[in-house]
Amino acid sequence: MAIELKMPALSPTMEEGTLAKWLVKEGDFVKSGDILAEIETDKATMEFEAVDEGVISSINVAEGTDGVKVGTVIALITGEGEEPAPAPSPKPVASSPVETPAQRAPVPTMSDTQPIETSSVTANGNMQTVTLREALRDAMAEEMRRDDRVFVMGEEVAEYQGAYKVTQGLLDEFGARRVIDTPITEYGFAGVGTGAAMGGLRPIIEFMTFNFAMQAIDHIINSAAKTNYMSGGQVRCPIVFRGPNGAAARVGAQHSQNYAPWYASVPGLIVIAPYDAADAKGLLKAAIRCEDPVVFLENELLYGRSYEVPMGDDHVLPIGKARVMRAGTDVTIVSYSIGVGLSLEAADRLAEDGIKAEVIDLRTIRPLDKATVLASLAKTNRLVVAEEGWPTCSVGSEILAICMEEGFDDLDAPVLRITNEDVPMPYAANLEKATLVNVDKIVAGVRRTFGV
Amino acid sequence: MATTPAKKSASKKSSVSEDAARANRERPTEPVPYKATKEELLKFYRDMLLIRRFEEKAGQLYGLGLIGGFCHLYIGQEAVAIGLQSALTPGKDSVITGYRDHGHMLAYGIDPNIIMAELTGRAAGISKGKGGSMHMFSTEHKFYGGHGIVGAQVSLGAGLAFGHKYANDGGVCLAYFGDGASNQGQVYESFNMAELWKLPIIFVIENNQYAMGTSVNRASSEDQLYRRGESFRIPGIQVDGMDVLAVRGAAEVALDWVRSGKGPVLLEMKTYRYRGHSMSDPAKYRSRDEVQSVRDNSDPIEGCKAYLAEMGVSEDALKVIEKEIRKIVNESADFAETSPEPDLSELYTDVLVEQY
Ligand SMILES: Cc1ncc(C[n+]2csc(CCOP(=O)(O)OP(=O)(O)O)c2C)c(N)n1
Ligand SMILES: [Mg+2]
Repeated sequence: MAIELKMPALSPTMEEGTLAKWLVKEGDFVKSGDILAEIETDKATMEFEAVDEGVISSINVAEGTDGVKVGTVIALITGEGEEPAPAPSPKPVASSPVETPAQRAPVPTMSDTQPIETSSVTANGNMQTVTLREALRDAMAEEMRRDDRVFVMGEEVAEYQGAYKVTQGLLDEFGARRVIDTPITEYGFAGVGTGAAMGGLRPIIEFMTFNFAMQAIDHIINSAAKTNYMSGGQVRCPIVFRGPNGAAARVGAQHSQNYAPWYASVPGLIVIAPYDAADAKGLLKAAIRCEDPVVFLENELLYGRSYEVPMGDDHVLPIGKARVMRAGTDVTIVSYSIGVGLSLEAADRLAEDGIKAEVIDLRTIRPLDKATVLASLAKTNRLVVAEEGWPTCSVGSEILAICMEEGFDDLDAPVLRITNEDVPMPYAANLEKATLVNVDKIVAGVRRTFGV
Repeated sequence: MATTPAKKSASKKSSVSEDAARANRERPTEPVPYKATKEELLKFYRDMLLIRRFEEKAGQLYGLGLIGGFCHLYIGQEAVAIGLQSALTPGKDSVITGYRDHGHMLAYGIDPNIIMAELTGRAAGISKGKGGSMHMFSTEHKFYGGHGIVGAQVSLGAGLAFGHKYANDGGVCLAYFGDGASNQGQVYESFNMAELWKLPIIFVIENNQYAMGTSVNRASSEDQLYRRGESFRIPGIQVDGMDVLAVRGAAEVALDWVRSGKGPVLLEMKTYRYRGHSMSDPAKYRSRDEVQSVRDNSDPIEGCKAYLAEMGVSEDALKVIEKEIRKIVNESADFAETSPEPDLSELYTDVLVEQY
């Protein structure tokens, strides 16, 4: 019987990848441990090893093929002495993959997901389709070209090209002076970055994830956020702390947490949590140019998604301005980061029932664009907050308070927080799925505001 | 009046040679006491005296309720700030310290009026009254505070040094921290990066023997703090921090080392704080005799006076300086007491630089 070799998942969130190179050809004898192929995603490259012994009887996916779904049969091995199986008809690359742990992970579906592809200029005039990851990288590269004071520092940002490949290529272009690998020493390098900012540079400090920034939160809050005030405006701290925030997939409690409410409670900080690639780029550029310290919260699950981004290096967005993602008259769904995609999808579903939901992406969590939220509430008279994070003392709690204090007369129903469950993130797939906010929960929450 | 240089309490003057024997690495040369001219020595005396009298006055104002909260006096440690900062190049080198920061500000020649006004929380204060005793800054002098989290200034200082290296401006950062702070984890994170990247920084441990009420020996398994950089290959030098010329001599060696691109150096200044940790100190953790004995035998200002006497400076000349200093300090107290509090409209300024 031929053994099927399937496209492996390199990470918990990988859905597909590129079969970059075959290191064996049909008819080769391979034994366990031999390297068969190189697999690439936008995040990493990995060598694919044989675990069985036998002869490569067929190669089903040619090298250089992009978008090979995890689980696709890429080659067959025949055990010694067996008849080579007839070459199977080549499966379409996009065939539905077998279930892998990565597939079972509750990757939120996005209403405006576009097919994943590499950067390309689209027909749409001066827009370009890029992944969110590339958009972030482009933002940094453009700002580094523009201003020599800008540098990137963090764990694995240089030679490894970024733990999540966000800084890919920066070392090549800017060299080791400006793209700096640090030891694993979050408190220390957050302090080094903050001190460098006080001294006049414009650091971008990457945290591998914001979970690890807990070790550095003292410098973010006590040193970066407060010094301008404590010094009566003398010592500025133009620094960006950035990295993935929020739940990834199947990584358990210590690697899955949304820190937006933590940082958003601190005067002296700017907190940004973009949803799509255009915002990620435009807001990161604004953050780098900003004279104030910025906490820039990305989302790992969105890194590989592609979106339209304006071309050119002048796409800078205003900090502190929310945007209406979808207009509606019956209810407002306020969200940010990954929750925006869920909210848009919920709005689609609600539309089927005749409920016209307005979806607001906060984009900046601090300072919060109250005016946009309250104007929408005044129009719809109903509001829910959809947030991938805990409910207690959340951004949702804050929006709720604002609606009570400043929009009370506009309310026809209580404001609801539709969030993750109030528990540490469990690992088991079913429990994790049950914990996270999702489209169903948002739809149900909106219906409750109508008393159904 | 002491006629000979005061006897020093520091157990060891320097241990560079001993360390060199342990590790076969290049070391800074053994520091020698700085050969000050009479004019320089007079300035050291004057500057140390200004700190002493200023701090005594601050203590009084605290007692009168004009200064609130925490107020950490620098009395006893004057030779450290003066000996080190007199060796820096103004406008090029940077300095950062913790909350015991009045002396470091005064060492820069910053107007005592605006320092005292900060202590009393007045609009004319150097931080507009919003920082207080622990949070003073002067970007003009490249003095970056003024930090209340024990140890934070060490990482921040490494960042300032990173900036000097990045900009290739020839500057060096002087980062002061206490014996207590030397047990903080981020100090070692910073040591590691500073040596790894050969940052131009002088780490200065002001070992005044106590962290609040905890003596060095009760908190530090290695109480010879100049060795604390050893495992990061940062050379350490122990210095008599009660002798301004010894301090200045060590500063010269340290600056040579750092400016020549050899990376950081660690100076342990053996010094002593005469007053309580802050104004509310139970004074139960050490004896009165201990404090008195340091005052009698190792006082940095008396020591300096003795050097001046050797150089033939008359007692009368010093009295003139003393009078002048008292006048400056009294004026600063008057200024700090009479100048207005910040306008309430200042409450919401300086939170952010930009408008969003
Ligand atoms: C992280 C942190 N922990 C505790 C304190 C409270 N605290 C303030 S000063 C101090 C003692 C520090 O002693 P040392 O470093 O020797 O400096 P010194 O006061 O002697 O100048 C402590 C524990 C603080 N400010 N920050
Ligand atoms: Mg101490």
